[in-house]
Amino acid sequence: MNATAESYVTEDGRTIGAPVMEMKNITLKFGGVTAISNISFDIREGEIRAIIGPNGAGKSSMLNVINGFYHPQEGEIWFRGEKRKPMKPYQIAQQGIARTFQNIALFKGMSTLDNIMTGRFTHMKTNMFWQAVWKGPAEREENLNRDIVEHVIDFLEIQAIRKTPVGRLPYGLQKRVELGRALAAQPKLLLLDEPMAGMNVEEKEDMSRFILDVNDEFGTTIALIEHDMGVVMDISDRVVVLDYGKKIGDGTPDEVRNNQDVIDAYLGVAHD
Amino acid sequence: MSANFFYTIEVIANGLMTGVMYSLVALGFVLIFKASGVFNYAQGVMALFAAMTLVGIQTGQVPFAHLINVIFGTHLDKFGWEVPTFIAILIALAVMIGFAFLVERYILKHLVNQDPIILFMATIGLAYFMEGFGDLMWGSEIKKLDVGLPQGGNVWLENATAGWAEGFYGFYIDNLDMWATAIAIVLVAGLIVFSNYTKTGRALRAVADDNQAALSVGISLRKIWVIVWSLAGLVALVAGIMWGAKSGVQFSLSLIALKALPVLMLGGFTSIPGAIVGGMIIGVGEKLFEFTVGPYIGGATENWFAYVLALIFLVFRPQGLFGEKIIERV
Repeated sequence: MNATAESYVTEDGRTIGAPVMEMKNITLKFGGVTAISNISFDIREGEIRAIIGPNGAGKSSMLNVINGFYHPQEGEIWFRGEKRKPMKPYQIAQQGIARTFQNIALFKGMSTLDNIMTGRFTHMKTNMFWQAVWKGPAEREENLNRDIVEHVIDFLEIQAIRKTPVGRLPYGLQKRVELGRALAAQPKLLLLDEPMAGMNVEEKEDMSRFILDVNDEFGTTIALIEHDMGVVMDISDRVVVLDYGKKIGDGTPDEVRNNQDVIDAYLGVAHD
Repeated sequence: MSANFFYTIEVIANGLMTGVMYSLVALGFVLIFKASGVFNYAQGVMALFAAMTLVGIQTGQVPFAHLINVIFGTHLDKFGWEVPTFIAILIALAVMIGFAFLVERYILKHLVNQDPIILFMATIGLAYFMEGFGDLMWGSEIKKLDVGLPQGGNVWLENATAGWAEGFYGFYIDNLDMWATAIAIVLVAGLIVFSNYTKTGRALRAVADDNQAALSVGISLRKIWVIVWSLAGLVALVAGIMWGAKSGVQFSLSLIALKALPVLMLGGFTSIPGAIVGGMIIGVGEKLFEFTVGPYIGGATENWFAYVLALIFLVFRPQGLFGEKIIERV
């Protein structure tokens, strides 16, 4: 793989384009604690990019920086060729970045269908007046977006729980609904924070398959954090490795696997 | 059938309609509680303020007349015009929406991510501020509110049903109560449809459930807060009109908010239909209790019945009739 190439084709025939997201020298501090220290990496169009590292490495912080929950003290974020100004998370969502959370953040009182419908929020434009009247533009828009949501539901094979309040669903299904909500936004960049945490082997296989299918069928660019090394090495195109807020490795799964710093970080290193 | 039977029915009907009036106030609480987990102590005062504003605009009062007179030695009182009721209601609504903006801008925005108890305290402060501000703006005397709704007993109904039984002189149902019931039903139906089937309605529920997740799908919390407080302002205005027309616009109007508390405990703090059904149960319950048991224990049971009923309910169904029972996983 050539890092400077504008685009290339993977072994399984997917086209990976130019970077959509570039993090340049990002530093994030909480008071005296430096969570992220001078980290740069990019995410290319159409790829599955994994962010890995031991606990407390700054992975989730990095995701929160990308999606605007945290604002880094230093560094630049470039999204789709433009330097991003400091923005509120909802504005970043409107730009086409969707995410899921490590500890599922669903709207527990709402049905699966309604949860996924909220994912369409940024695509629905009719004003309050028409919504209050409910006829005309609002109704048309509602139906149109409903179609897209139904498609997502079919895709994730959760038709059976469409009307169930998500608070009652088992953990694995909740994770899937959360993915559905993010997918419904048809994001340009999809962030997944530990999509397989706490799942059993079967659920992990399902989730891996969905992630690969999303990437394959819709060409969605995905950045994910995951602890299960087997899964990460299987599904990702490139991996960035963080440790104590610093970047210690970046490259294909094979490159990262053989990187001495990465091995040390994961297995520990003898201090003599 | 005996006269007593018909009088019981009359009591129930009146109880139902009083209940709807309670529900109107409770509804304002539910809207804000659902969307922000905040118990808005100021809801009753908002109803009072809305009603005062409506009367003030309607009768062409000069706002802050007293203050201006004291400072500049003038003798302002009224502009000398009267604003048609419908237009006055629209202006009062605009004032309530403006108020929602101010609340978001100067209070809520600064209290993001604080505990609900902090926000609750803020609404207590807000309540007393509004009370004083309303008095300063429109004067503290008792005002008469007339929005053109018919008042007094419905003569037609009374005549039509008189003589159904010996010693029965017909149903006495207040016209205003009937109107209030009809308007409340329309308002509630509208709110339910709005919150269930529109994008903004879903966003309101989403924000109520999880702020971070709502942000991540592109919902602006600040916008939603303004919408919620505007809706609560609308409900306060309707409640203020109904209660104001019934018993005059005066300080005690803000105390009906306390009657909304047992309604909320019964119906659940998060359910719009719950607020309605809760209001009706309380309304009918207290009227029937007063009618049947009241005479034996010295009457005036309406003062406490609702609270005792709510207490009993709390023991058996703490989430209320329609409240969401969210199971926390450990």
